[in-house]
Amino acid sequence: MAQTLIKAPATAQRGEIIEVHTTISHEMETGFRPGDDGKILPRNIITSFSCHYNDELVFEATLFPAMAANPYIAFHVLATVSATLHLTWQGDRGFRHTEDLPIQVL
Amino acid sequence: MKTPSFPWLIGALALCAAGIQAAEPKPIGDQLQRRSGAAYMSPGLQAMQADASLNPGMLWVKQGADLWQKVPQGTDQAKATCASCHGDAPSSMRGVAARYPAFDEQLKQPINLGQRINQCRIKHQQLKPLKLESPDLLALESFVAYQSRGMVLAPPQDERLSAYVERGHQRFDQRMGQINLSCAQCHDERAGLRLGGNLIPQAHPTGYPVYRLEWQGLGSLQRRLRNCINGVRAQLYPMGAPELLELELFLARRAQGMALESPGVRP
Repeated sequence: MAQTLIKAPATAQRGEIIEVHTTISHEMETGFRPGDDGKILPRNIITSFSCHYNDELVFEATLFPAMAANPYIAFHVLATVSATLHLTWQGDRGFRHTEDLPIQVL
Repeated sequence: MKTPSFPWLIGALALCAAGIQAAEPKPIGDQLQRRSGAAYMSPGLQAMQADASLNPGMLWVKQGADLWQKVPQGTDQAKATCASCHGDAPSSMRGVAARYPAFDEQLKQPINLGQRINQCRIKHQQLKPLKLESPDLLALESFVAYQSRGMVLAPPQDERLSAYVERGHQRFDQRMGQINLSCAQCHDERAGLRLGGNLIPQAHPTGYPVYRLEWQGLGSLQRRLRNCINGVRAQLYPMGAPELLELELFLARRAQGMALESPGVRP
């Protein structure tokens, strides 16, 4: 099971720009490195990350093998309405992790 | 006329060099103002370590919190999880990590926190020990160590440990490897200076298990010690070797009274 660390305000003023910091545990195996037996380890990375705010896509990122393990992604969202931030990480070998982040707009 | 003046010159230079070396003795160990490795880091990294929602080591702490509650595979007894004996970790495990390595009554030898967790698995959970440096052991270790965050290192003043601490001290001062350096030559005498591009810290084990950006992961103090020993091109002690534990014991005494910051972040 992947573990995540998320930093975002629980409440915001309408029209305020909030910052969301996310970290997820993932080995991000590049697919270029040999293992202990000398054979190339198959690639195992997170390939995409997205954030839906009130079911609308507000942020999206594509990840590549050059990214370090436990990728940290931070982005900004304009707070407009009290709703949920729906975060999704997807990757190789059917990897999928989601987190829901309720945000209250005053 | 030229040749005879050379021995003079070389002699004078050698004297000069010896004079410079002798005139600049670096303070060692406890004479030095002790600083955690975190004090040498950039403000950005310090902030990352301090903030639980940014510190990547917290990924392991969270994993450890899950394992603390989880019934391990192959057991279905009532006392199967860590929590069923130890209860609530924030209260029961508070200060525990600050007292390790400690002397184990039954094994009649000192053990570190990871080995203690494994002893618990063998004795009370009837499980196989976790492999040293395996993700699950690191997770449990960092979860337990996290409960002592901010407390001061208080290594046990146990008579039975003194011989081990003494041997650790000797090993710390002893030159080793092809590079022929001792731990003390870098971490006592040259702490705060640079080795290549990297700042040499004073080697206080205050943040372990530590998240190293270079490792892209969490690692134990023994992994770090092996890293250094490899760096001076000495023969590596295997993980869990008594020599490494003696060094751990000595380092804990040396850093006695400093605040624990597990899980630390290091460059």
